[in-house]
Amino acid sequence: MSNTQPLEIFTETIDDGVIVRPVGDIDLSGAPALRQQLKKAQETRPGRVVVDLGEVPYMDSSGLATLVEAMQIARKNQGKLIICALQQKVRSIFEIARLDMVFKIVNTRDEAMTL
Amino acid sequence: MSSDASQPTVRLEIASRPSLLAAARALVATIAQRCGFDEIQCGQISLAVDEALCNIIQHGYNCREDGRILISLSQGEAQSPGIEIVIEDDAMQVDPDTIRSRDLDDIRPGGLGVHIIREIMDEVSYTRRDPGGMRLTLVKHLHPVAAAHTSESNT
Repeated sequence: MSNTQPLEIFTETIDDGVIVRPVGDIDLSGAPALRQQLKKAQETRPGRVVVDLGEVPYMDSSGLATLVEAMQIARKNQGKLIICALQQKVRSIFEIARLDMVFKIVNTRDEAMTL
Repeated sequence: MSSDASQPTVRLEIASRPSLLAAARALVATIAQRCGFDEIQCGQISLAVDEALCNIIQHGYNCREDGRILISLSQGEAQSPGIEIVIEDDAMQVDPDTIRSRDLDDIRPGGLGVHIIREIMDEVSYTRRDPGGMRLTLVKHLHPVAAAHTSESNT
């Protein structure tokens, strides 16, 4: 039985913050790496953290928990956490967990940069 | 829904290792598709199983990676089409009545798995196994929309 490819996570610094772009499935196996990367990105208390999920085809509640934690840190830092480019399958888990109205979710990265 | 003896049952035994979740999801989605569910439903059914496995790994086995998890999948009978998934473990036993989701208005990390499972599946039943471990039985009925879709795609 083959294991999955590890989740890859890319970060990019922007004027008022950072963009975090995971690539791959975010499940119990990948979520700890995302959590670590988001924590690192939030160490400098950026005003804006954009999480671009455009290349995430799958997420479970481990990923949601990671994003909830990051949102709480952003609020504590008086910054914003914005999620963008959700694929439909991933959007549906936000809806099932009724978190689609809790997070700031936009369609594109451009929108996330202007919000 | 009980499984029909004439329909094949697929069984998968995995270790309680997070890196094996993707393989389990892929198998569940494949079987769900063969049971007639559409792509979105297959994704949701595999999500429900993923959540159940995560709970077993994290809470049942306390993140130990050498625990045993057995997943059995059966297609429903012709008069009650759908899928039945039974997930068994040798992990810590808990009172089934205490297995519940957290309050969704209490926004905090974690505690959503049971809610997601119950939202997706039509029947969810936790029981204790004898002599140890837990058994989770999940049933999803094939609703008329998906049945019609299957019928069309087979013509």
